[in-house]
Amino acid sequence: MSATFLGMPGNFPKNAAEAVQNSQLRFNLRKATHTIRDKRAAVVGELPDWQELRAAGKAIKDHTLRHLDRYLLQLEEAVTRAGGTVHWARDAAEANRIVADLVKATGETEVVKVKSMATQEIGLNEALAKEGVTAYETDLAELIVQLGDDFPSHILVPAIHRNRSEIREIFLREMPDAPAGLSDDPAALAEAARLHLRERFLRSKVAISGANFMIAETGTLVVLESEGNGRMCLTLPRTLISVVGIEKLLPTWRDLEVFLQLLPRSSTGERMNPYTSMWTGSVEGQDFHLVLLDNGRTGVLADEVGRQALRCIRCSACLNVCPVYERAGGHAYGSVYPGPIGAILTPQLRGMSSDLDASLPFASSLCGACYDVCPVAIDIPEVLVDLRAKAPHGAAERAGMKAAGWVLNSERRLGAAQRLASRMRRFVPKRRLPGPLAAWTDTRDVPDIPEESFRDWWERNERA
Amino acid sequence: MSAREEILARIRTAVAGARDDGPADAGIPRGYRAVRQVDDLVELFAERVRDYRAIVHVVPEDDLTAALARVAGGRRLVLPEGLPGGWAPGPGHADPYTADGVLTACAVAVAETGTIVLDHGPGQGTRAETLVPDHHVCVVRAAQIVGGVPEAVARLDPSRPLTWISGPSATSDIELNRVEGVHGPRTLEVVIAT
Ligand code: SF4
Repeated sequence: MSATFLGMPGNFPKNAAEAVQNSQLRFNLRKATHTIRDKRAAVVGELPDWQELRAAGKAIKDHTLRHLDRYLLQLEEAVTRAGGTVHWARDAAEANRIVADLVKATGETEVVKVKSMATQEIGLNEALAKEGVTAYETDLAELIVQLGDDFPSHILVPAIHRNRSEIREIFLREMPDAPAGLSDDPAALAEAARLHLRERFLRSKVAISGANFMIAETGTLVVLESEGNGRMCLTLPRTLISVVGIEKLLPTWRDLEVFLQLLPRSSTGERMNPYTSMWTGSVEGQDFHLVLLDNGRTGVLADEVGRQALRCIRCSACLNVCPVYERAGGHAYGSVYPGPIGAILTPQLRGMSSDLDASLPFASSLCGACYDVCPVAIDIPEVLVDLRAKAPHGAAERAGMKAAGWVLNSERRLGAAQRLASRMRRFVPKRRLPGPLAAWTDTRDVPDIPEESFRDWWERNERA
Repeated sequence: MSAREEILARIRTAVAGARDDGPADAGIPRGYRAVRQVDDLVELFAERVRDYRAIVHVVPEDDLTAALARVAGGRRLVLPEGLPGGWAPGPGHADPYTADGVLTACAVAVAETGTIVLDHGPGQGTRAETLVPDHHVCVVRAAQIVGGVPEAVARLDPSRPLTWISGPSATSDIELNRVEGVHGPRTLEVVIAT
């Protein structure tokens, strides 16, 4: 990954410590991750052949990666035959250059975008802005993030850290056409976004997307989504530019029978997501460009242990089960790829020269929950251990304190302090713990001390 | 060196030491179910589509014309080219941007996931025609319903543009509350002809 800055500077323990203090964020994250986790478990449980699908998914991806050169050439030929144009980009700067030139050639100064992690990774919106082109995000969550001048914090629910009243405020402040009496009801907020974006969809001549899969055999691109903004972007504008990482390839059309089962169930916990669009080359007279992006991926491919991270289909199941992610939040990872997958992908794509990136392999308790849910069986703990050994020693130790343990322990430490305080409730001023604990609680959000007995409090909290 | 040549060279260097598993994908274990054993495809499909909060009608083929007239209920519907004779509940409305809805056929339907797939062939409209109107009425013939995803993938032609639809458009982006209807049709109505 090139030097595009995303998320926070600093290092994982420091970022995580700040996030752990933010109780709104923690509440949102916990609710979201647990809800999706339960939905996923239910729909995965419906399929008696889940483990066979998982084994096939892993094997298909490994086979593709082993012959990536051949399959990319096959894809290029198929896309070209179907009237599309294929471009190759070594790094972020090259990809941004290609896209900016394509947009400028159309004479347009505005583009609509459908959620794409690859374009976030290369900082495309910022690069286009420098060239006088405004990129509008159309995914509801991305819109919230963009209008709030903020960073995504979850692969699937990027605005997971915002609650409804914050979203209402952002809309009222940043959307000129937001109705004056806008309430914070999610349906009303979604309706405001629908109206705001509809006119833009109809007006836009150029769209930029990513893709979940590319089929080498047929040249077909596949985008899974929920809201219909993807269909709008992929269908209505005259020019479509898709920026896709080279690892998103599948050899054959038939392989979709595996991944169209693995991805929706792992991702949103649905039997199928509302909309999936598939297109091959230029469709209905559209001008289609495919930008194949390396940006560090071939470096990951060269690592015998780490290359399995390239199997990732960005479902976010590993985030939703991760005890560290649940407490630290997505921003602490300082990259578009948060959670367990981010902890192994970011240091490999960007290298471990910064404190942040060197601290990421330590952002885990190695509990293995991520591996169990991963639909392509990436052994995330194995890669973490391998990366820890490779992390530059000084930087890692400075960042150190074994980030994950620290995050988990800070909650335990907080809990212990509260339990002590509840017994001495009458003597304790609100929001500040006595004696040696004072300095520690000075910067932390200590909840009101409960009146109930120590025993009741303990039981309730252990169960929660 | 061009970017293309350089990326291909980097890949070849990166995988040079890896075991070559052969050119074809013969080594891939495909022990998952290729076919679903489903007793009643129509019943399962209807149940799964309803789970997405779509409206479902099951009608005998002989009754289809009358049923579509009832469903249309005077709405101004886009009627795509190639719609089977007798389906049209009235004169078509050409402009999807001002229409109340759209009536289409489909290419295949998946019982297990409650999915309809359009290949935008005859009677299925262009991609925009099935996206812009707020109400999508889709006719599924019982023989078009397959059990699971592998059977659907096998029936489809990848050279066609394909739209897989599982319920109305939805978002859970605000505190994970599911809201139906963002940019796609807010109402999906599926008429199954048996
Ligand atoms: S690593 Fe596995 S579980 Fe995590 S996002 Fe990627 S595919 Fe999903």
